[in-house]
Amino acid sequence: MQEAMIKRAKELLADGTVNRVMGWKKGEFAYDTTPAVFETAEEIDREFVYNDFTQANQSKYLIKESRKEGKILALLKPCDTYSFNQLVKEHRIIRENVYVIGIPGGPKIDIEKIKAKGITGITNVKNEDFTLKIETIYGVETMPFYEAISVKCESCKSKKHVVYDELIGEDGDVLDSNRFDMVEKLENMTAQERYDFWRGELSRCIRCNACRNVCPACTCENCVFDNPKSGIDQKAAADSFEENMFHIIRAFHVAGRCTDCGECSRVCPQNIPLHLLNRKFIKDINCLYGEYQAGADTTSKAPLTDYRTDDCEPSVVHERGAE
Amino acid sequence: MQRIGVFVCHCGTNIAATVDVKAVAEALSHEPGVVVSQDYQYMCSESGQELVKNAIKEHGLTGVVICSCSPRMHENTFRKAAASAGLNPYLVEIANIREQCSWIHKDIASATDKAIILGKAAVAKVHLNAPLTAGESPVVKRALVIGGGIAGIQTALDIAEAGFDVDIVEKEPTIGGKMAQIDKTFPTLDCAACILTPKMVEASQNEHITIHSFSEVSDVKGFVGNFTVTIKKKARYVDETKCTGCGLCTEKCPMKKVPNEFNMGLDNRTAVYIPFAQAVPKVATIDPNYCMMLKNGKCGVCSKVCSVGAIDYKQTDKFIEQKYGAIVVATGFNPIKLDKYDEFAYSCCPDVVTSLELERLMNAAGPNGGTLLRPSDKTHPHTIVFVQCVGSRCDDEKGKPYCSKICCMYTAKHAMLIREKYPDTEVYVFYIDVRTPGKNFDEFYRRAVEQYNVHYIKGMVGKVTPKADGKIDVQASDLLANEQLHINADMVVLAAAIEPDKTARPLATMLTTQMDTNDFFTEAHPKLRPVESATAGIFLSGACQGPKDIPETVAQASAAAAKAIGLLCKNSITCNPCVAHSDELMCNGCSACEKVCPYGAITYQDKEFRMPDRSTAIRRVASVNPAVCQGCGACTVACPSGAMDLNGFSNSQIMAEVDAICK
Repeated sequence: MQEAMIKRAKELLADGTVNRVMGWKKGEFAYDTTPAVFETAEEIDREFVYNDFTQANQSKYLIKESRKEGKILALLKPCDTYSFNQLVKEHRIIRENVYVIGIPGGPKIDIEKIKAKGITGITNVKNEDFTLKIETIYGVETMPFYEAISVKCESCKSKKHVVYDELIGEDGDVLDSNRFDMVEKLENMTAQERYDFWRGELSRCIRCNACRNVCPACTCENCVFDNPKSGIDQKAAADSFEENMFHIIRAFHVAGRCTDCGECSRVCPQNIPLHLLNRKFIKDINCLYGEYQAGADTTSKAPLTDYRTDDCEPSVVHERGAE
Repeated sequence: MQRIGVFVCHCGTNIAATVDVKAVAEALSHEPGVVVSQDYQYMCSESGQELVKNAIKEHGLTGVVICSCSPRMHENTFRKAAASAGLNPYLVEIANIREQCSWIHKDIASATDKAIILGKAAVAKVHLNAPLTAGESPVVKRALVIGGGIAGIQTALDIAEAGFDVDIVEKEPTIGGKMAQIDKTFPTLDCAACILTPKMVEASQNEHITIHSFSEVSDVKGFVGNFTVTIKKKARYVDETKCTGCGLCTEKCPMKKVPNEFNMGLDNRTAVYIPFAQAVPKVATIDPNYCMMLKNGKCGVCSKVCSVGAIDYKQTDKFIEQKYGAIVVATGFNPIKLDKYDEFAYSCCPDVVTSLELERLMNAAGPNGGTLLRPSDKTHPHTIVFVQCVGSRCDDEKGKPYCSKICCMYTAKHAMLIREKYPDTEVYVFYIDVRTPGKNFDEFYRRAVEQYNVHYIKGMVGKVTPKADGKIDVQASDLLANEQLHINADMVVLAAAIEPDKTARPLATMLTTQMDTNDFFTEAHPKLRPVESATAGIFLSGACQGPKDIPETVAQASAAAAKAIGLLCKNSITCNPCVAHSDELMCNGCSACEKVCPYGAITYQDKEFRMPDRSTAIRRVASVNPAVCQGCGACTVACPSGAMDLNGFSNSQIMAEVDAICK
């Protein structure tokens, strides 16, 4: 797959369709990959990588990239295409300046899940028939592939590319995922249990802002958390509850626009399941206003910024919110 | 440095009985920036306002907080007072310590605490108030009347009389509404058609009135003085401009088995039809549900016989857009459906009818040419039982909790008319109460009892059972004689409750007007502003606001017209300066605000900006048209970055209020 991408990227660079390529490049370790922009075939040959670890959603980078001179090639996994579309819809990405190739997605591997098995000193990971051969400085270990699948890929919502100019590999379908199971579990808790659950999770937050910085829905010119006029900017948490407000405010801000790409939880160094907050919103929106998938297209009206005469009454929302 | 004055109103005992106003004034005097804090018995009175004005001058106030009633009541009063003392009127804030405090609390200590907190929030907000200047916007000198019943017709005639253009939108093929179906009117017993149809003709001939029949309002945009309304003219498959109303098509149409709505389905009409002889406009309409030509392309008789070539099977719904300064709602009422009332056998026995069906049965233009005959066997009924309050004053979900108001009188009318015309017919009326307030109403009812010997029995009918011999057994209780009755009746007439027309609810949503739980439109003030809705520029006429008889409906229709004329007379109205604006440096250009704006006030443009890194960039940013913005604030909450803000209700002001409350 990587070879096919490299071949096509170099062709598009050569024929002038694009003048840059957005992809992933190798990091210090084999499992360490970073989104990167390549400008020459040589750079691509040297650094381009696509493997089981290339999880990062590239859409957000395209906001800036699509505003530069010339056209850029974007290689988008199915889940990335939703974010891409949503950003096009919000006039953040300039679609004309991006050439989109749809590429097959996950399931991807989360290195943390391997490390959690007590495996250290990892130098390389190979996937051989769904068994991971993990090379370490101490020798080779094995573990089943499915045990290392990243959280976001565990409940994949779609294998379908909702936007592309061409495809490498085949297009898939929207999946019947289990992504709302945990939300349902949380809903069935008592208010106190739920409060305790979230206190337990959110109290670990170190306010590193990684979730916000990676989120393709968080693309404001000036984030409210960086704006002294907003009254909620980067202030020290006055009490233990206030630190949670960051995440709750953020979930509200991306409600109806979050495509459930799962990047927030992927990058969280404290392993807080932030995606559950967003999924609760998505589940409620689906339930109250009908099925809606942010980013599935660029023209439909989003339920929270659309007003229809048959919208549910606010009292319905209130009743549902009550214990 | 802010110099804020706080003025706490007693409102007689309205506030002072539950809130310790002196303690409120004292507590607020210690708030930051407050230089004077006073209480007074009636702050809205002449001398109360003087107090405020003098303090503004004496202390050089930069902001005023009035702790009083709802801003809906007196905000304007105090803004004017401040303006006359030289303070920008938008530097006045109201803390509502009456409706939101004294009226809803009993305990003085906690009500006083709350009043102080509300006052503190207002002080915190006024610190951030900025002087604002109101602009003006022009008034479109044209009115829209939605509904062409007697209410809509009267309103339209009165507005036209004042010289303004007015459009009537009527969903049926003809104007006239329910009154056109009524036989006689109480308490004078004059013929409804004889007094209504001249008005219908007058409306159609008035040069200022345009009638859009068989049309519906499909979209409303804009605001008082400047509404843009989309009217859907439903396809009637007949060219209105060509049709002469000769009726030949209706005679020749082979599809003759269509239930006739005008006669309450008691007889049939043809697929191409004119609802009744005096219809306005007198134009045929083809019913696409029954027309053979439209359904399967086989027939075309009407088009062959039409000498003016008015039939057009290819006609489609047309949408027209028009601007209006004022909108009057006159959507009227309908009797409720009685299919849930099995005890009255309405669904299974054709001789159990509603009062409106009886109107048609007795009308000269009705199915029997004015002779009262039983629908089942066309025989003359000798015993008729009237049942009152069917679905009115009802506790359960089948009916309505309110009194439908008109039933007592029309039943007395029906009873009297039957006894007059058919003295051999016995008439029984079962009632809970007989309610006859109104000029000459009680006299009318007593005539029915005393002169016409109608049997009024206090009690409810328990069960109506059709019998094999065609008679109907009516089982009822006589509460005054304390006995059970069985009446062997020929006909039963049910006084069905009335309810607002089903089109009213979606219309209210389009107009952003309020409705009560029964879907009647809510007036701006139940006593003092009975014909205005709470939404500026939307007025209420007739039964859409509550059950009404014809005299009341006409009175309200003229009152609504007077209010609309008052608005249309103005060349411009003062705009609300509390409008939104966008901080272009923060705007992402995401269009969230544009999508939620109900007034279409937000547009986007590409502008060149110097970025923090000294580069220049073209960015898509929102801008608000202040003449169109109504200050609803929807954009400010939709904006993810907080770039949108509302004058007079800025995000920082609201946060300051919240902080003051939570402190």
